[in-house]
Amino acid sequence: MTKILRPRLSDFARCLAYGTAMSAGLLMLGMAPAEAAKTTLNIGMSVEPTGLDPTIAAPVAIGQVTWQNIFEGLVAIDESGKIVPQLAKSWDISPDGLTYTFKLQTGVKFHDGEPFDATAAKFALDRARDGKSVNPQKRFFATIASIDTPDPETLVLHLSSPTGSLLYWLGWPSSVMVGPKSAADDKTTPVGTGPFKFSAWAKGDHVELVKNPDYWNKSVDVKLDKVTFRFISDPQAEAAALKAGDLDAFPEFAAPELMSSFDGNARLMTKIGNTELKVVAGMNNTRKPFDDKRVRQALMMALDRKTIIDGAWSGFGTAIGSHYTPNDPGYQDLTGTLPYNQAKAKALLAEAGYPNGFTFTIKTPQMAYAPRSAQVMQAMFADIGVTMNIEPTEFPAKWVQDVFTGRDYDMTIVAHAEPLDIDIYSREPYYFNYKNPVFNELMKKIQLTADPAAQNKLYGEAQAILAEDAPALFLFVMPKLGVWDKKLKGLWENEPIPSNVLTNVSWED
Amino acid sequence: MIVLLTRRIVGLILTLIAVSLLVFTVMALLPGDPAAITLGTSASPETLAALQHDMGLDQPLFIRYGRWLAGAVTGDLGKSYTYGVPVDGLIVERLAVTLPLAILAIILSMLIAVPLGVAAAARRGGFFDIVATLFSQMGIAVPGFWVGLLLILLFATSLGWMPAGGFPGWGNGVWPALKSLVLPAISLALPQAAVLTRVTRSAVLDTLHEDFARTATAKGLSRSGVLWGHVVPNALMPVLTILGLQFTFLVAGAVLIENVFTLPGLGRLAYQALNQRDVIVLQDVVLFFAGLVIVVNFLVDLSYLAIDPRLRAGGTR
Repeated sequence: MTKILRPRLSDFARCLAYGTAMSAGLLMLGMAPAEAAKTTLNIGMSVEPTGLDPTIAAPVAIGQVTWQNIFEGLVAIDESGKIVPQLAKSWDISPDGLTYTFKLQTGVKFHDGEPFDATAAKFALDRARDGKSVNPQKRFFATIASIDTPDPETLVLHLSSPTGSLLYWLGWPSSVMVGPKSAADDKTTPVGTGPFKFSAWAKGDHVELVKNPDYWNKSVDVKLDKVTFRFISDPQAEAAALKAGDLDAFPEFAAPELMSSFDGNARLMTKIGNTELKVVAGMNNTRKPFDDKRVRQALMMALDRKTIIDGAWSGFGTAIGSHYTPNDPGYQDLTGTLPYNQAKAKALLAEAGYPNGFTFTIKTPQMAYAPRSAQVMQAMFADIGVTMNIEPTEFPAKWVQDVFTGRDYDMTIVAHAEPLDIDIYSREPYYFNYKNPVFNELMKKIQLTADPAAQNKLYGEAQAILAEDAPALFLFVMPKLGVWDKKLKGLWENEPIPSNVLTNVSWED
Repeated sequence: MIVLLTRRIVGLILTLIAVSLLVFTVMALLPGDPAAITLGTSASPETLAALQHDMGLDQPLFIRYGRWLAGAVTGDLGKSYTYGVPVDGLIVERLAVTLPLAILAIILSMLIAVPLGVAAAARRGGFFDIVATLFSQMGIAVPGFWVGLLLILLFATSLGWMPAGGFPGWGNGVWPALKSLVLPAISLALPQAAVLTRVTRSAVLDTLHEDFARTATAKGLSRSGVLWGHVVPNALMPVLTILGLQFTFLVAGAVLIENVFTLPGLGRLAYQALNQRDVIVLQDVVLFFAGLVIVVNFLVDLSYLAIDPRLRAGGTR
């Protein structure tokens, strides 16, 4: 019976052979020939922005796509963290620090043709400081009392009190200039004045920018014609995309443990830089036993930062002793204020009334650095008799609800991304529940002067207070793990502000 | 027939409403506020309140659900909290990835499973039977996402023939888009093909012993004439049934595979919406999936009628 119905083996073999030949041919078709002088760039990011307007939402990914590429500000921040003129070519600050007079560039147009002038600048700032504004950094504009536009090239800000950081803040992604006509739709179709225009957003995959042929700033030579930002959240997939040549660059590679896998790669190189991301283990300063400074100091002295950096981040990263990074003005290395010293930590605990230690819970977000750091910390706390339970807490949803707004936690660990945000320890309410009038006074004084030297001195004092008081355990600054094509020039190696500035990026011939 | 259809459709609608209520309740119970997520860690309470009002999050839950339901009935699926664009556009955008992926995977698995299953059944214990057995054992045991990772390692990272993931969009030409779907489709198809091979083999074996197969042979038809002309069409019934059932697994598998290959499909949209607590998007996508599965199973039932004349003649189904 079955013998009669046997198909011939040769028929089958023939089919297989055809199939194999066909697919091999198709594969070869797919291999594109190498281009000559390239003017396109495929750049990778771990997080997809949820919108493309940095003036209405917080995620740093928004600025990392749009800031300096699509949108520009009155001033900008350069690679070394300095404030440089941009849409304002110069400015003048009155001696009392209450009047800022900006002279604006002329002949600048938004991508939709709308002219940028004092009226547009006033519109953008008013929109950000308006009562109904949802600008994530609304507090930056709190001291602006009124705005005048005496002529199209002049913008005057009248302040209610001196604000020493105002110029720096005006350089941020959340302070960029948006067009009166286009602002409402910037979330999905951003329109700015920058060297690149928005062209497409395939949500979940990529954002495409193209060169702006009418860019106002003739002093720069923009080399790229088309830039594609691709969003890949899985580190293994990021590495695969780089090695397969799908991506030319990944300026903030997500997995330190995979960095060595690029060693000896013919096409790719790695560049370790600094970011503004401060990994700190914040404590609830009004909850026992963390309301006792000696306990906080003991926990700080129980930790060897180097071991944490090795264990959590493959040795990449810089230890910090306060809420401040080496990129910031007036940085001081304060890791020696409360150095690793188990005997001293135990003594401090005993003095505070915990000779046998105590037990508490840390709420850790799922981002790789958090559970890894927490596990190392857990072991070190055990050495001084303190038991720490680790409770995974989904970020952002649950973490924001429990820790950030609910302030219902003992300890947490999170990377603070905002540059120069030491003032969070004076904010009320803020999740640390930290109250220190002396520190708050310092923060006020910093705003009363616009003199960088005076500011740096005050910042130094502020750093010292936090290092000694330990409202949070200051661990390390995240490295900027850059991976990109050896022929690619002009990407920033450090990141004084979260960004991917492409103005000066080019391919070597 | 009419009664059957009406009962089916009413049941279908009730199922969808139950599913939507479930999703809404679960999302309401989960901690997390889409407005707080949007504003991040520098928001003041006033700003948060303003955004919550803009998003309509300050209204009671049942009103939000009622609004969504009323919208969905009239074909307005609402706006995504995170992206701020209408959800129907998002779904269509993502469907342009997931649908071709699913269709490719189904075609691939049929192309592998039917010839292999038939060849295995045609000669029990023969070469193809052994191959088929090995293949289906392996295919069932090995998860699709792992196959996906292996394929990326081989064809993307080492050989550089294929993209390691992502999707260029159909606008940049059909070939680049198809190319980025090849590896994911294979990963999705292999486990399916393994099951289908088994089913095909046993269905063909069963049918071979039917009277009509013997009659056809007796009439002097050629071997392959009997096999492909009489046996295989009759054996396809159970294969189709399984294919309909497998469609559900295909959808579930697509969620995983899309995340492995970072494809911007519906599965990843659902995953992202969950992380961002974008309840409107998640509602719509889950409903869409549920609807799809129900409709496909319905179509499979109808195809029985098309294939089997005995059922058309006022059968008992």
